[in-house]
Amino acid sequence: MITNDTYERYQRQLILKGFGETGQQKLLAAKVLVVGAGGLGCPALQYLAAAGIGNIGIVDDDVVALSNLHRQVLFSTNDIGLSKAIKATEVLHLLNPCIQVTAHNERLTPYNALDIIREYDIVIDGTDNFASRYLINDACVLLNKTLVYGAVSQFEGQVAVFNSNANNGAKAANYRDLFPAPPKDSEVLNCAEAGVLGVLPGIIGTMQASETIKLITGIGTPLVNSLLTYNALTNQVYTILLHANKETSMLIPADEEAFRNTNYEWLCGADTSQQEIDAAAFDEIIAAGNADIIDVREYDEAPMINDFPHSKIPLSQLKNNIPSLQKDRAIVFCQSGKRSLQAAQLLSAANENKKIYSLKGGILNWIKSQQAIQIL
Amino acid sequence: MKINILFFGQLTDITGIGSITMDGVNDTAMLTEQLARIYPELETTKYVLAINNEQVTENTILTGNCTVALLPPFSGG
Repeated sequence: MITNDTYERYQRQLILKGFGETGQQKLLAAKVLVVGAGGLGCPALQYLAAAGIGNIGIVDDDVVALSNLHRQVLFSTNDIGLSKAIKATEVLHLLNPCIQVTAHNERLTPYNALDIIREYDIVIDGTDNFASRYLINDACVLLNKTLVYGAVSQFEGQVAVFNSNANNGAKAANYRDLFPAPPKDSEVLNCAEAGVLGVLPGIIGTMQASETIKLITGIGTPLVNSLLTYNALTNQVYTILLHANKETSMLIPADEEAFRNTNYEWLCGADTSQQEIDAAAFDEIIAAGNADIIDVREYDEAPMINDFPHSKIPLSQLKNNIPSLQKDRAIVFCQSGKRSLQAAQLLSAANENKKIYSLKGGILNWIKSQQAIQIL
Repeated sequence: MKINILFFGQLTDITGIGSITMDGVNDTAMLTEQLARIYPELETTKYVLAINNEQVTENTILTGNCTVALLPPFSGG
């Protein structure tokens, strides 16, 4: 039964037609896992906790950074350096002490994903990379869990409900029915590379919370087997119908053991360790002066780098015009290490007798490493 | 036979425009081939095709005034 305090907390939604005490009981009995307490996860978590989802789990191994705060609204400036999963849990507990919130302060991997996801009814994907998105999708298919997907890019966002049976009897579609195989990591820019309007993941994450509440309470028409695209600049919404596909289901690991043995980082082309060097190795090469260093970002991209001699050839130009290299090796860098990886591949193909490396984590990571050295 | 084509996400970085119309395109195979000729980068870019708001995975006949959407994967969060 719902107590007086509980009634007052949820009164505005309890009086909704078709929601009522039954809807609230369903929310209080539900278990929802949010993977990624970032731009999508923060607003989703905030509304799910406020609405009274009885059991919420948060998976994130990252800590709060200053550049997160323009969109990750559960955190404040004082939280920089703190665990996102633990901090989010504390904030949600203050918002609604009547619900259970569990922090999983770890990265979701093929080894731990099944054990974590098994404990929940619905999974919300609020991650920021393809390796995690395919891992979560496949785990949800294997465990038969509904997946509420959301993703953003610059001014546009996508929302969908995967692995949930449609009312019309159509087979449940999943993320692989939409995009069967992951793009190479360097093919699609992430938020650090392409930028994102802070309010956009706020809208998309809130839509993920809304879809989750609809799925649990049975109200309305959730985006089952549908992909919605929202454009913040034009306010245009475009929805397409998806179909489950026999062929794509073959791409999903056959059982839990096969899943645990799947290397999602490699599938997504993220495991390119041979071609990447870290900030420390980069510093040694700068000191030795025995390599061509090339910035492949566009000419106007900040931060401008004056700390070491280098040339500037944006990736967009590099594609059509491979420069001649003076030295036996070259290091390329960009903002976060994705475009430079592509540039390294282009240069390697054209200069077989030279060693071409990409600066891992990009110039942003290198600047961070320099600041750490100064503090020491 | 005129068809409308919509580009989403970072595909608009390649095309520089959100939508175009094309004439004399019979099916989706012909469409993707012609688009790759106009915008060579599309050939190596991942996207899903939808005709009149429904995903298609195999070569599909296009009818007059239909709308074809090209939607790329997003990874950001």
